[in-house]
Amino acid sequence: MDLHWIDAIETDEERSAVDAILGSWDRANVPGSSLEEHVAREGRELSEGKRHLLLPVLHGVQGSIGWISKGALNYICRRLLLPPAEAYGVASFYAMLSTEPRPKRVAHVCDDIACKLQGTDALCKELQSSLDPDVWHRSPCLGQCERGPAVLFQLAGEDDWVLTDATAKDVADALQGETRKNTPPATLCRTRGPLLARVGVADPENLDDYREHEGYQSLRLAIALGPEGVLREVKESGLRGRGGAAFPMGIKWEAVAKAPVGPHYVICNADESEPGTFKDRILMEEDPFAVVEAMTIAGFATGSEKGFIYVRGEYPLAAMRLQKAIDIATKRGFLGVDVMGNGFRFEIEIRKGAGAYICGEETALFNSIEGFRGEPRNKPPFPTQEGLFAKPTVVNNVETLVNVLPIIRASGLAFAAAGTKDSTGSKLFCLSGHVAKPGLYEVPLGTTLAELLEKAGGVAGGRELQTILLGGAAGSFVSPDELKVALTFEDTRAIGASLGSGVVMVFDDRVDMRRILQRIAQFFRDESCGQCVPCRVGTVRVEESIQRLARNGNSKRDAELIDELARVMRDASICGLGQTAVGAIQSALERNLLRNGDEKS
Amino acid sequence: MLKGLHRGAKLVTVDPRRTTSAQWADLWLGLDVGTDIALANAVAREILHAGLENRAFIENATTGFEDYAESVQPYTLDYAEKITSLPREAIREFAHIYAKADRAQLCWTLGITEHHNATDNVLALINLSLLTGHVGRWGSGLVPLRGQNNVQGGGDMGALPNKLSGFQDVENDVHRAKFEKAWGASIPDKEGLHLTLMFEAMDRGELRALHIIGENPAQSEADVKRAKKLLQGLDHLVVQDIFLTKTAELADVVLPAAASWAECDGTVTSSERRVQRVRKALDPPGEAKDDVEILCLLATALGHSWKTPKAEEVWNELRSLSPLHAGMSYSRLAKLGGIPWPCLDENHTGTPFLHGRLWERPVGGRPAPFTSVEFHPPVDELNDEFPLRLTTGRRLDSFNTGVQTGGFASPIRNGETIDLSPSDGMRYGLTEGERVRIASRRGSVEAPVRFDENLRPGLAFLTVHFPDEVDTNQLTIEAWDPKSGTAEFKATAIRIEKLEAAVASER
Repeated sequence: MDLHWIDAIETDEERSAVDAILGSWDRANVPGSSLEEHVAREGRELSEGKRHLLLPVLHGVQGSIGWISKGALNYICRRLLLPPAEAYGVASFYAMLSTEPRPKRVAHVCDDIACKLQGTDALCKELQSSLDPDVWHRSPCLGQCERGPAVLFQLAGEDDWVLTDATAKDVADALQGETRKNTPPATLCRTRGPLLARVGVADPENLDDYREHEGYQSLRLAIALGPEGVLREVKESGLRGRGGAAFPMGIKWEAVAKAPVGPHYVICNADESEPGTFKDRILMEEDPFAVVEAMTIAGFATGSEKGFIYVRGEYPLAAMRLQKAIDIATKRGFLGVDVMGNGFRFEIEIRKGAGAYICGEETALFNSIEGFRGEPRNKPPFPTQEGLFAKPTVVNNVETLVNVLPIIRASGLAFAAAGTKDSTGSKLFCLSGHVAKPGLYEVPLGTTLAELLEKAGGVAGGRELQTILLGGAAGSFVSPDELKVALTFEDTRAIGASLGSGVVMVFDDRVDMRRILQRIAQFFRDESCGQCVPCRVGTVRVEESIQRLARNGNSKRDAELIDELARVMRDASICGLGQTAVGAIQSALERNLLRNGDEKS
Repeated sequence: MLKGLHRGAKLVTVDPRRTTSAQWADLWLGLDVGTDIALANAVAREILHAGLENRAFIENATTGFEDYAESVQPYTLDYAEKITSLPREAIREFAHIYAKADRAQLCWTLGITEHHNATDNVLALINLSLLTGHVGRWGSGLVPLRGQNNVQGGGDMGALPNKLSGFQDVENDVHRAKFEKAWGASIPDKEGLHLTLMFEAMDRGELRALHIIGENPAQSEADVKRAKKLLQGLDHLVVQDIFLTKTAELADVVLPAAASWAECDGTVTSSERRVQRVRKALDPPGEAKDDVEILCLLATALGHSWKTPKAEEVWNELRSLSPLHAGMSYSRLAKLGGIPWPCLDENHTGTPFLHGRLWERPVGGRPAPFTSVEFHPPVDELNDEFPLRLTTGRRLDSFNTGVQTGGFASPIRNGETIDLSPSDGMRYGLTEGERVRIASRRGSVEAPVRFDENLRPGLAFLTVHFPDEVDTNQLTIEAWDPKSGTAEFKATAIRIEKLEAAVASER
């Protein structure tokens, strides 16, 4: 790696966007005639430990200019002492960052599977005929599946925002500068348990309101228990991760707490990007203090002084509410150098993703925060040994973390009383698609899929159920005769499915599953980071096979090819994306969902 | 080096130009061209005055300390400031950083060695390492960084006029006898000529025929006009190369060679003395042949029927003659991923750093001598007629005379330019991109101007990458270091002329 600047010069606007984040820079010590001008000392200051600011700075330029020019990139590189090729590699990695000129106002229209069931294809068709192609793009799932079609507006110089239940006119108006009130998500929280108790009840921007609704009771109790006590309760709760991998949280926390190397870090993985998932978004938007409190407990228990929330770029409201909560909590002594007057230190910083599904993978997330391309690392070493900045790191999904609050409040054993032996507590399920009452459902683990569907009023319009996508695009399809499955980690595994991130997407008998599978295959092909061959090539080959199957009907050859690709990708991909990319497609083929499509058409 | 920096190592860069490497540095010292010895001696004096020298090491492992200490006394900070144009505080800071470091390395490239006093420059650095004990220990040392992957290997194999393979002296009877016995032939008992002396011998008409392997002196020599004339005046010139270079164009016979990294079996040796295997992947194109095969065929044609040995056979012969390489069988090289010499037998895993013997008590072998050296300014003096100091060098994406790099495009290659500080540009009334004439006492060339804010006023920069466009070595001086034979490419006195003015004056 060497430094070789390019000749492009930044504009004043670009410079001030960068300086807003890095501080202003007066490039002293340009060589000159005087003795003093024969000496420079700024190399260390420029190079030391600033790489992690690369993504925030790129965001800064993208956010105020609308794209990242060569000149801006060059200036960023000079400030961070980075080779331009490295910075370009990072900038071009993310969908929300543009290295080509782009209009100041751009719409990202979700055309992913949940929005497809809500008419996004018709919407896109209308936009195609009415809008300039530069001002709107198709986007993977925006996490608004209960109220689609969804559109993210990326606006240079203004805050980004998300439109739900969108029509073509709404999109056109919004591009002209109008905003519109969205359906409040709280009204779409249908059944509640401890996790959703405050959603729609307490003001998400008011700390005192939060405290009135049991807020900060858990942290107070945790401090009384001490780190060892907190670890004991968390282990006894049997809580397993809610992000998809279902790893026991107590084991992670303990490993980091006991790691001899310091410092330790806590990361809240809020890069919720699994198609069909919106639970973490609602927690962050409607109960941000809970996320902050839970992270503080994690920091206390694991001996970490610094936490990061990595929130996906498509969630501007969540990021804004969390930042507000962090600011208020810091001002009021619930974060900072002396948390609650108990002498421990904990700070939280928000890092915004920029449109990359892969960054939800924990090691890709580390790379993203550190200012590298969001490409996963090999494991081992595991994050609890070498995570962020190669230090012991706890990474938990938002929902997982928030579970700590009821665990501490009621004790680990009390928490474990709900659910089953191996799947304790309650779980958030994201119901979308052809269901009578889409929205967020909190039910004890062990509830059957049939019961959950019934709570949601069954299939919309009384139609016949064709299939349910359980766990997201990396999950699997289940057929109507599998509805009796209990929603636990072990029971779903027994039928070859998984809870994944809690997606329950309902497809009625009219849906042509060919376009759904094509979209899923396209999703993984787009989102594969390209680092390892099995995934980079495999996702393309799978998509081609699915297109052939969709065109020509069931062919044994393509079905076999898909199975073979799936095996190679599962065995040889570096990370979970490649390993699970074909799972949903295989489950659909096993359940003959493609042939159903044939018959209908 | 950058990896080390990211792990917290400190970097001090000493370079007239504020290069990209210098941008990383904790401290950049932009000394005047050719004043390295004044700086090194002043650093030594400051270390001595602050009592930071490593007495125990000096007493155990060195000789000549008293004379050396005496010799650096005149190099006060004030004197060095005057010579180098570096503020005295910065020199002192550098001295203290270096002396107090737990481990420190002095790394250098051609900025030290392409001077008329190249060997003295290196000796001045060696003195510093002996003064502080920053040598012969893991992480400390003296590191001449190589510009090519196998420069080290070339020297190791005996491609030097005074050495046989494994740095055994030509003029040492015992060494020579060993080789004579193995080769069944007698070897001249006097050392041969190095490149610069060869050109002198050509000039005197003593050297009349030349076989050049993989070198392009018709473009890379200082005062290249003269070099070319001498090559053209030879009775017979044979050039063996993978490209038809400008030198090859002058040849009576061109022997096309195979590329050693993809078309030949063998070894390379990196700067850390690590010998590594290279393997043949492709057959060479056309009539091109492996260097070994060419030499053997040549021998046969000259009446000695050499068979063409396999690379491993050549290597094994070397192992039998060079103790440094004795333990490096092909299978061990493959198994250990390369071995740094010395590797004395097949149980030896090689030597990651040299001169560890200096830390043995008593010192293992001959103690290391301090060698007093004095500062002498560059030969090509600045005056009113030639007021600018030109220094030559390389750019990131090009290599020497461009033979190997000219064949591919690079997005950051903008062709040759004469780089000047923006304030000099203004002073001479130049605009960027304007073609100017650059004249030295030996010749002149034309090139477009580029402003570089990393150059200070009075300093100019050219590369040698594009000799067809800008024949930089028309300007450079043939003054050379008698000890190493290297010419002073780094310090030329020049002036810049606006083209229309130049045309007018010629009329």
